[in-house]
Amino acid sequence: MLLLIVWTQIPFILTIYHSFRRFNLLNPERQGFVAFENFSSLLTDPVFWTSIQNTLVLVGSVLFFTVVIGLFLAVLFYQDFPGRALARTLVISPFFVMPVVSALIWKNMLMHPVYGLFAWVAENLGQRPIDWLAVYPMQSIVLMVSWQWIPFAMLLILTGLQSLSKEQLEAAKIDGANAWQEFRYVIVPHLAQTLSVVVMLETIFLLTIFAEIYASTSGGPGLATTTLPYLIYLKAFGEYRIGVAAAGAVFAVILANIVAVFVLRMIGRNLQGGRT
Amino acid sequence: MSQARRIRWELTLLAYVAAGIMFFPIFWLFLTGFKSEGDAIAIPPKLLFTPTLESIYEALTRSDYARHFLNSIISAVGSSALALVLAIPAAYSMAFYPTKRTNGTLLWMISTKMMPPVGVIIPVYLIFRDLRWLDNVWALALMYTVMNLPVVVWTLYAYFREIPHEIMEAARVDGASTSQELTRVLLPVSGPAIASAALLSIILAWNETFWSLNLTAAQASPLSVYVASFKTAEGLFWAKMSAASMIAILPVMVMGWLAQRQLVRGLTFGAIK
Repeated sequence: MLLLIVWTQIPFILTIYHSFRRFNLLNPERQGFVAFENFSSLLTDPVFWTSIQNTLVLVGSVLFFTVVIGLFLAVLFYQDFPGRALARTLVISPFFVMPVVSALIWKNMLMHPVYGLFAWVAENLGQRPIDWLAVYPMQSIVLMVSWQWIPFAMLLILTGLQSLSKEQLEAAKIDGANAWQEFRYVIVPHLAQTLSVVVMLETIFLLTIFAEIYASTSGGPGLATTTLPYLIYLKAFGEYRIGVAAAGAVFAVILANIVAVFVLRMIGRNLQGGRT
Repeated sequence: MSQARRIRWELTLLAYVAAGIMFFPIFWLFLTGFKSEGDAIAIPPKLLFTPTLESIYEALTRSDYARHFLNSIISAVGSSALALVLAIPAAYSMAFYPTKRTNGTLLWMISTKMMPPVGVIIPVYLIFRDLRWLDNVWALALMYTVMNLPVVVWTLYAYFREIPHEIMEAARVDGASTSQELTRVLLPVSGPAIASAALLSIILAWNETFWSLNLTAAQASPLSVYVASFKTAEGLFWAKMSAASMIAILPVMVMGWLAQRQLVRGLTFGAIK
């Protein structure tokens, strides 16, 4: 317990502390209190706004794809069919792949403009191969990250589906509901809570996506895929500007907290519900 | 064939196609891991080739690969063991002797999970530097322990809560002390929960990249960092890269397959059952 307090709260307080100071690891003598200078230098830096925008685009699109495809797959795998366990095992596998490895697979073996599989397919179809990560950097990252997180959405939605009572579905059938109505009026409302948990948890995880970007595009080309976490990493360990990085970190925490408040409220309600 | 059966058959096919698409990149990685370097970059890509264990053998016998593998094991397993030691008593007391503050404590604990690592990396880095803990695998394990502790406590708590209190009371009537109660009664019945909490924690630590990348260098870096060093590999080392990646993800993937259901609980802090 004490360990947790020491390791989670104190570092953040130190982050805030550093965000008000000038501190460059390359130039450790020059330090001192600079009030809001780090914040203002960050806020006036167009790179910062690009990174915020990239972060939101990434999180938003991945959320969209994972929830839509995850829902589709969950409903599909809710049906009973021969070999379901095996097929399901295959579908969820991407989630367990180390993010770095996933980045390497996509970058080198699939999207590579010369030796990649996509390039070969494109050539066979008479198209010119595309250097995916250079021409469509953000789209490629979204594809990569979605691939990893679809199984997560699917697993959670599937678990949610399994708590749906068969009687409810049968009652709907007796009332003459067709498949679509069944889906729309029975399944979707039942899943409302599950879906909101999926969206919120994913948002929290996705806001901190780092390894995929580090290993595939390194934030480039230019700034096309520099997200807030990556920018902080660059400021701290590329430029050694600890103060500015700390200011960026404060923003990242604020962003995550906005989401976290909703999640906590949700889980808190669930906890209370579970105890009665 | 009746219409219902046909629809069923089509759905089955669709499910397999979806499974195939999702799994394909991993399949491709595994395939490349068994190729020679020449076959790995051949155009058109070779689906039929003479499989070779050369790349895997090479990846396994390179001395630094072994070290990174060992680092991954130490940091993942070590941190999980420590997390369990700390979490079992905590979850035990919260599940069986809840106070008014228990709920708040639990919520506060997950709230720490919601803090993005970038929010604290700088002070942690500076503390590690001052303690000379950088590039130390045990320090990394400690970091992972802190990272996973809330998840482990929650998984165990959710399980402990469902154990009937009578078992504990019976033991107490027979004169068991708290520690006996814990080791003789609770632990034997909660084996599966402890196993799944441990698995979850190992998986999360094994795949972690952000902390390991920033807090370790050559000596202590786990596999995730080692694999990341291939990021600039242009063509030449694909078979080796694939083989190394394959060995790196295989243990965790197998664990993940085995623990799917528990994973959902753990990752959602019991919010979805």
